[in-house]
Amino acid sequence: MSNRRPYVRSMDGWWKRNAYYIRYMAREVTAVFVAAYAVVLLVGVVRLSQGEAAFNGWLQALKSPLSLVFHLVLLATFVYHTWSWFNIMPITMPMMFVGGKRVQPGMITGTGLVAAVIACVAVFFIVRGMHP
Amino acid sequence: MKRSNEPIFWSLFGAGGMLAALIGPALVFITGIAVPFALMNPDTMSYTHMLAFSQHWAGKCFAFAVIALFMWHAAHRIAILLHDFGVHAVALVKFCCYGLAFLGTVIAGYTLLTLGS
Repeated sequence: MSNRRPYVRSMDGWWKRNAYYIRYMAREVTAVFVAAYAVVLLVGVVRLSQGEAAFNGWLQALKSPLSLVFHLVLLATFVYHTWSWFNIMPITMPMMFVGGKRVQPGMITGTGLVAAVIACVAVFFIVRGMHP
Repeated sequence: MKRSNEPIFWSLFGAGGMLAALIGPALVFITGIAVPFALMNPDTMSYTHMLAFSQHWAGKCFAFAVIALFMWHAAHRIAILLHDFGVHAVALVKFCCYGLAFLGTVIAGYTLLTLGS
């Protein structure tokens, strides 16, 4: 049995050491909020299946100040998710070539962000068009 | 060599991430802020309208895709995130994360199907 106690550098808070890691963490943590929103919607669907009174209870809960704060936080993290998703897309997607030249990272990110803005505006107007 | 199951989970992660990136902000704004606080017609999410929405095949598919894919996206990221925070029981973490996403998917699918058409 050896009495050596080799020095092992602690990994605690490793991601706070570097701005790149902090951005990485911020991007990955958005997943917790995406999960939270999916649960909110899932509860809504389940309450819907339980009848009008149950569903109205869910709607009422959405009108509480706490829910508003929660959804404002959700909105901020979702916007950050959109931004970061397309920001890393030049790295996550396979290389793309147009006319023999590699498509520039800024082009990929920019196109993605424009597509997201168009998609969000479209969803908003489709929903508003159904119930003016 | 044993074939990896990673491509399946990564595809679900990617699909959910893309869907969330494209329309997530609009969905959160509509369902969590604009409709409950009457910036849009509060009747948009009334019981009658939501029931009709969930009984239409397109509405069913949309609701299912959003809930399930968001969950699979989050499950994959959270599994890796836990590893980053020093939880190294990889198999257990993946089982729990993917298991919860699977459970959510089944509940969403079953409930939407029982809502009828």
